[in-house]
Amino acid sequence: MKEGYFLVTKKEYAKMVQKHSGKSPIVKDTARAFLVGGIICTVGQVLRNFYFSQGFNKELTGTATSITLIFIAATLTALGVFDRIAKYAGAGTLVPITGFSNAVASPAMEFKSEGLVPGSASKIFEVAGPVIVYGTISSVIAGILYMIFVR
Amino acid sequence: MRFLGKGTVVFDEKPSIKSFAAVVGKKEGEGPYGKCFDAVEEDAYFGQKTWEKAESENLRRSVQLALEKGSFEEKDIDFSISGDLLNQCISSGYALRGLDIPFFGVYGACSTMAESLVLGSVITGGGAAKNILCSTSSHFCSAEKQFRTPLEYGGQRTPNAQWTVTGSGALVVGEGSAPPYVEAVTCGRIVDLGVTDIGNMGAAMAPAFVDTVKRHLETLGREAQYYDLILSGDLGIIGKSLAKELFAKEGIDIGDKYDDCGAMIFDKETQDTHAGGSGCGCAASILCGHILPEMKKGNLRRVLFAATGALMSPTATFQGESIPSISHAVSLEA
Repeated sequence: MKEGYFLVTKKEYAKMVQKHSGKSPIVKDTARAFLVGGIICTVGQVLRNFYFSQGFNKELTGTATSITLIFIAATLTALGVFDRIAKYAGAGTLVPITGFSNAVASPAMEFKSEGLVPGSASKIFEVAGPVIVYGTISSVIAGILYMIFVR
Repeated sequence: MRFLGKGTVVFDEKPSIKSFAAVVGKKEGEGPYGKCFDAVEEDAYFGQKTWEKAESENLRRSVQLALEKGSFEEKDIDFSISGDLLNQCISSGYALRGLDIPFFGVYGACSTMAESLVLGSVITGGGAAKNILCSTSSHFCSAEKQFRTPLEYGGQRTPNAQWTVTGSGALVVGEGSAPPYVEAVTCGRIVDLGVTDIGNMGAAMAPAFVDTVKRHLETLGREAQYYDLILSGDLGIIGKSLAKELFAKEGIDIGDKYDDCGAMIFDKETQDTHAGGSGCGCAASILCGHILPEMKKGNLRRVLFAATGALMSPTATFQGESIPSISHAVSLEA
């Protein structure tokens, strides 16, 4: 369709769309994310204290805490519960390591219907892939900067 | 059958819609029109193993029902026209695989019910066939999988997002003397007013709907008041209010004659569907489950059914393209 058939131009229509569209409730969303994100961090702290008390050293404690949180989030994803919590919590479940776990587990489940190799395995990083790629690249850059300026 | 230009065809011998059926999922069954549908399936998988097979099975069932309700056998149907949202229209291909009926696959995104009915009416109106089966489907889970994120992914839906309807509709159009009839059709053209947000499909499609209705009314020299109801496919709540404002700007007095299948099919307050329903099955199930039965009963006399479709793909969206949209209109008469 050629421009000008409608009385409304693309610019005017963009304004109309903005006027009619709904906005996300930022205050409510932020409060929920703060609450649930805080709870997850508290659980992390409890786990940390527990592993510490079991005689793990500092490094091992951190690793064990992360692994446990990843396991819990993946299990809740498999049980179909995680997305319901996330619907309420938003960034509260997305930002901690639980979000990463869910982002890997959910496509693996979704594409299982196409088989373990062409489905689950090849699609497993569909959502989390960019985080891995750019996380690795930025850590390399940070490492080079550290080597030049700090050492 | 006369071609009036600008995509509009008027029928002297009006094709009759002889049989129709709609089969939907559980959520749609719990909606305001839940009781209208021929069957409501509680199992999201429709007894199948994958979401794609579930959608296909849903379509197969409404096709089967439409044939049974009209006492049609396979040999009575000359052509079938079907399409859906899945890549390569596999829902239709597999649903109609078991039927010995010549098949046309069409893609019009969520406008498919109107598109197949326009084509079916023109073919039968032109004398090339006696009976044509038109159908389409969509499924919430297969659509999420293909167009958005995995089902179990923990994300939040935006307020403008629409909920893909799990449902299908099928009808048989052909030579006949019983209402409802197809009186005229207007083929849509591709309209794009630059909306790029795939979380706001109603806004992208509203101009296409208004364009088709405007051309339809102009070509036939009608006012909007000619119709008891002008029905868009799946603009949803936001698209519907945008369409109303566009009609006002174009100087078309739509009055209270306008509604939208996407705004009708769910209860926004209790079903948490944000901006309403979408998907091929949305317009198809409302047409075959509610509108056509109401016309048969005589409660509606003239309806302009204009399903709407967004002709983008995730690839095009990632390449920064805006959303081209289309709407085909079918003037129904009882």
